Amino acid sequence: MEQLLVYFFTYKEAIFIIALSVFLGIEVIAHVPSVLHTPLMSGANAISGVIIIGGIILVGHADATRLSGELIIGILAIVFATLNVAGGFVVTDRMLEMFKKKKK
Amino acid sequence: MNQVIGNLNGIDFTLGETLLELSYLLAALLFVYGLKLLSHPETARKGNFYAAGGMVLAMVTTLFLHKNTDGQTIPVTNVWIILAALGVGTVVGWIMALRIKMTAMPQMVSFYNATGGIASALVSLLEFPNADMGNTGSVLVTLLGLIIGSVAFSGSMIAYGKLDGKVGDIFSGFMKYLNMFLLLVVTALTIFIIVSGQTPDQLSWAVYLLFVVSLVYGVMFVMPIGGADMPVVISLLNSFTGIAAAMAGFIYNNQAMILGGILVGAAGTILTILMCNAMNRSLLNVIVGAFGGGGSTATAGEQGEMKEISLSDAAILLSYSKSVVVVPGYGLAVAQAQHVCREIDVLLDGKGVNVRYAIHPVAGRMPGHMNVLLAEADVPYNQLVEMESINPDMPNTDVVLVIGANDVVNPAAITDPGSPIAGMPIIRAHEAKNIIVMKRGRGKGYAGIENNLFFDPKTRLLFGNAKDTLQKLVSEIKSL
Repeated sequence: MEQLLVYFFTYKEAIFIIALSVFLGIEVIAHVPSVLHTPLMSGANAISGVIIIGGIILVGHADATRLSGELIIGILAIVFATLNVAGGFVVTDRMLEMFKKKKK
Repeated sequence: MNQVIGNLNGIDFTLGETLLELSYLLAALLFVYGLKLLSHPETARKGNFYAAGGMVLAMVTTLFLHKNTDGQTIPVTNVWIILAALGVGTVVGWIMALRIKMTAMPQMVSFYNATGGIASALVSLLEFPNADMGNTGSVLVTLLGLIIGSVAFSGSMIAYGKLDGKVGDIFSGFMKYLNMFLLLVVTALTIFIIVSGQTPDQLSWAVYLLFVVSLVYGVMFVMPIGGADMPVVISLLNSFTGIAAAMAGFIYNNQAMILGGILVGAAGTILTILMCNAMNRSLLNVIVGAFGGGGSTATAGEQGEMKEISLSDAAILLSYSKSVVVVPGYGLAVAQAQHVCREIDVLLDGKGVNVRYAIHPVAGRMPGHMNVLLAEADVPYNQLVEMESINPDMPNTDVVLVIGANDVVNPAAITDPGSPIAGMPIIRAHEAKNIIVMKRGRGKGYAGIENNLFFDPKTRLLFGNAKDTLQKLVSEIKSL
């Protein structure tokens, strides 16, 4: 029990963020109409490409003077994450563009 | 940017660091606001744009303002390498997104989800050697980022393959046990790495093994899941990718990553639950087992005959109706019949027929699949009606046209408590005055259950590929 409390106190800020983000995520999309399920999923998918920040930090502070395995994997991570971000947002926009057309 | 502007708990902080954190706050707010706008049809496009703006902001400020623990900003050489990687990813992702056909959208979304998952897994893998082994929390989030990211990657790739028709469903009883075993190995390895007390170097074999086992688990986990359950799986994997990104966010103590990731994780989970509710099945039921055919015998005695209808009769029936409701299903997507379907809709509309589309939440292979498909064919979204709203109107509907849908209109869900789909909310097509069903053959639907709707005295069937049949129907209606 005490260990759990210690754990909570050590990570209290992170736990606050998690708890509130979960609530926020649920509230924000709770009443989404089914018309938007796909674009919402695809847009959210693009947001999960936020891992790209991690990739930039990783490669940014890596030793770039020689081509190590770590550097290559890091670069791959950035390329993959960018695919997720760019592709995700563009595809979502394409879908939403179609939804905009109204009956003449 | 290196000017010290204040002191917190004995540590100086600079202007650059402050601006970086401020940009993360702004990015996080843009994610939340963007997602909020994305859940309303009128504002959705703007929402997507805001979320993308938040992402670009966070990327740029990280690139130019981030400092490591020694206070070093990212060196110029590395900036160029990163920009090159970003360039490649952006160009390739953008072109793929523009070229993809709308009918291939489920695959595309799965593919992008896979790339996000592998990026999280790779980042976690590379960060493991830097983990503070004495700190259980820090090691755990690194490992969770690796595991969840890997499962999201390989699972999404399998889902991509299935949706693209490259991978079939493989299901056998032993897979349930194999999957439990794999999960056990993953858990055991994770615990071992945390409690072993060895250095990251000594443990690298275990971490790579964990990486591989997680990848295998992702494959095995999606492999037995059938096509009709894909909407659930895709949104579940989507939430995994978000959670993996959030775990990586803990490694860097980066609030934008944590918030963005958890937000996506929570949204994905809600969508998954919505999909499960739409099938009246628990998530566990979807993951663990395919449908059993147990209840099908109960209704066998009540079946009559399937009665066909000629194209000209169908054309006349449709043309002289006041109200027609189209129920599209995966068969429409497979046959790529959405454009012809729209043609009929316009023709009938010209004759003063009120045409609407009834959309079941799990029709198709991803959440909202039918909406995207019909939007591509220029069907205005106000003509697409959700199940709950259209059902009360069913008794006043002259003709229901079922195109390639089966289980979502099976009345056994209401009438037969022994049916495997008992309790699943359905579109009450059987309450309409007439029902025309377009079917490829006389076979059963995905769930392997007989559909009493097809034997209903009010029902007439049109056999054949949905696109061909619809095309013939168009010329019949025109020639009236």
